[in-house]
Amino acid sequence: MSTDLDVSEKDVFENVVCSFCGCLCDDIVVEVQDGAIAKVRKACPNGRGLFTHYDPTPQRPTVDGRPVDWDEAIAEAARILNEADSPIIYGLSSTATEAQRKTVELADRLGAMIDTTSSVCHGPTGLAMQTVGEPTCTLGEVRSRADLLVFWGCNPAVSHVRHFARYSVMPKGTLTPNGRKDRTLVVVDVRPTASTKTADVFLQVQPGADFDVLTALRALVQGKEIDVAGRMPAVQEAGSTPSAQGAGGMPAAEEAGRMPAVQGGTVGGVPIAQLRELAEQMKTCRFGVAFMGMGLTQTRARDLNVSELFTLVAELNQHTRFSVIPMRGHGNVAGADQVLTWQSGYPFAVSFARGYPRYGPGEFSTVDVLARGEADAALIIASDPVAHFPHAAAQQLERIPTIVLDPVPTLTGQVARVVLPTACYGVDAAGTFYRMDGVPIRLRPVLPLTRPTDVDVLSQIIEAVR
Amino acid sequence: MNEYFTLITGRTSGQGKGLHEGKDSDAYLRATSLVQMNSEDMARLNIEEGQAVRVHTETGQVEVPVRAGTLPSGMLFMPMGPTANLLIGTNTESTGMPPFKGLTAEVEPV
Repeated sequence: MSTDLDVSEKDVFENVVCSFCGCLCDDIVVEVQDGAIAKVRKACPNGRGLFTHYDPTPQRPTVDGRPVDWDEAIAEAARILNEADSPIIYGLSSTATEAQRKTVELADRLGAMIDTTSSVCHGPTGLAMQTVGEPTCTLGEVRSRADLLVFWGCNPAVSHVRHFARYSVMPKGTLTPNGRKDRTLVVVDVRPTASTKTADVFLQVQPGADFDVLTALRALVQGKEIDVAGRMPAVQEAGSTPSAQGAGGMPAAEEAGRMPAVQGGTVGGVPIAQLRELAEQMKTCRFGVAFMGMGLTQTRARDLNVSELFTLVAELNQHTRFSVIPMRGHGNVAGADQVLTWQSGYPFAVSFARGYPRYGPGEFSTVDVLARGEADAALIIASDPVAHFPHAAAQQLERIPTIVLDPVPTLTGQVARVVLPTACYGVDAAGTFYRMDGVPIRLRPVLPLTRPTDVDVLSQIIEAVR
Repeated sequence: MNEYFTLITGRTSGQGKGLHEGKDSDAYLRATSLVQMNSEDMARLNIEEGQAVRVHTETGQVEVPVRAGTLPSGMLFMPMGPTANLLIGTNTESTGMPPFKGLTAEVEPV
């Protein structure tokens, strides 16, 4: 009998989805003992922390740091949003699509700007997709078929820890029965990382030279030779004082210590012979997949880098099958793009101020709006811009009334006027998240729901601002 | 003559672990308040492991300890977070994306 009792007190949940990053690993085992998470198996350190550091105990919301009841907190949030002339809503990358839909409804009702963490993540990738399209596939196809993997400007060993093991490099698939042995792994980065250590080929590019290297690869794939002679800009030694000056007396970033892109048989620091070999590998593989990250989107030329990679991938389809997948960071940042696009027509940086959606990266994107002081209230959902925005933009959130919905304490919550501690999707609430390859996955809770969800709170705010 | 470095910021394992402890925790602060540097650059500038340096860009400056990293000469790396963000400007060049990577920076021992 005592055994039966033990079993009833301990629940083991299998195939739980981890909502930390865009991998959405769906094989996690969570043991719940006496209503608390006792053990998490198979998750990476990032994912394990999501389960083990979340305290599901109901918390009272706060207004100006003072604990209040929910009605008062919702009323204050609604008052702030109603009184604002130009509110901005930001975040959404770690909440469910159901809550994202509610948020778009609220933005529409308020005439607010709405933006997601994509704008400081894969926003430039979205711009590139709008320009050149997206030759994509699912992670299941990668696992079963891909024999050439190119990771460009990303470090999955740190940011998407189980990606290599579950989806790309290691797994045995239909056409890759020997797993790792059936694949060639190429990693492109400006520095050696934990990910480059495991690569068959590591291309080390100079910072800011990705576009040059990608253009060279496109030329080589098209059978063109790179004319090194006659294209030799004045050589500048690394570390010397450059002539071009940027604002504030500092040299422009692209000039400081940067070598000419094409010189001495190299492009962007990579020997042309090595690029020629890679171009040949890309053309002759069975199925190639490129994964790309912040190394392209956060470097100068941003969306143009991504456009160049996506164009290269599209052109490779004249020779073989090739796809590209952005390494989406937060668990449902891909869903935020999806929801905002199907609701407004645009993936991020949208304004409803005129009563219809307008798209404006640089105009309605949150860093720009805050830096210019154009928002007079902010609603931050499931993200922490005070931790992750440039300081001048983050500071602005202290100056304007800010409302935060988040399951965990954040630095943004510390400066917010109203903090609404909601449930955590995938731990104590059910919801839908989109994996990095655009596959929607349903999250089941492992703990009973005792906190209001983002959907509950947003619905109440929508009612209150009517 | 000033020596200019290229600063990039990004995720690290320590930053990922620290954020679960809480972004106001010592673990997070320690994990995000450091600069990695090429060891030959450190030797040339007489900077020792763990020594505090001032890193500045056109946007701001921070004082952080140095860690030797596997970086090419001329490059600095800082984990993403509030400390690095003091060095990052808000010019997104009409994309929404601030320049988190490829900044021009100078380093001097404190």
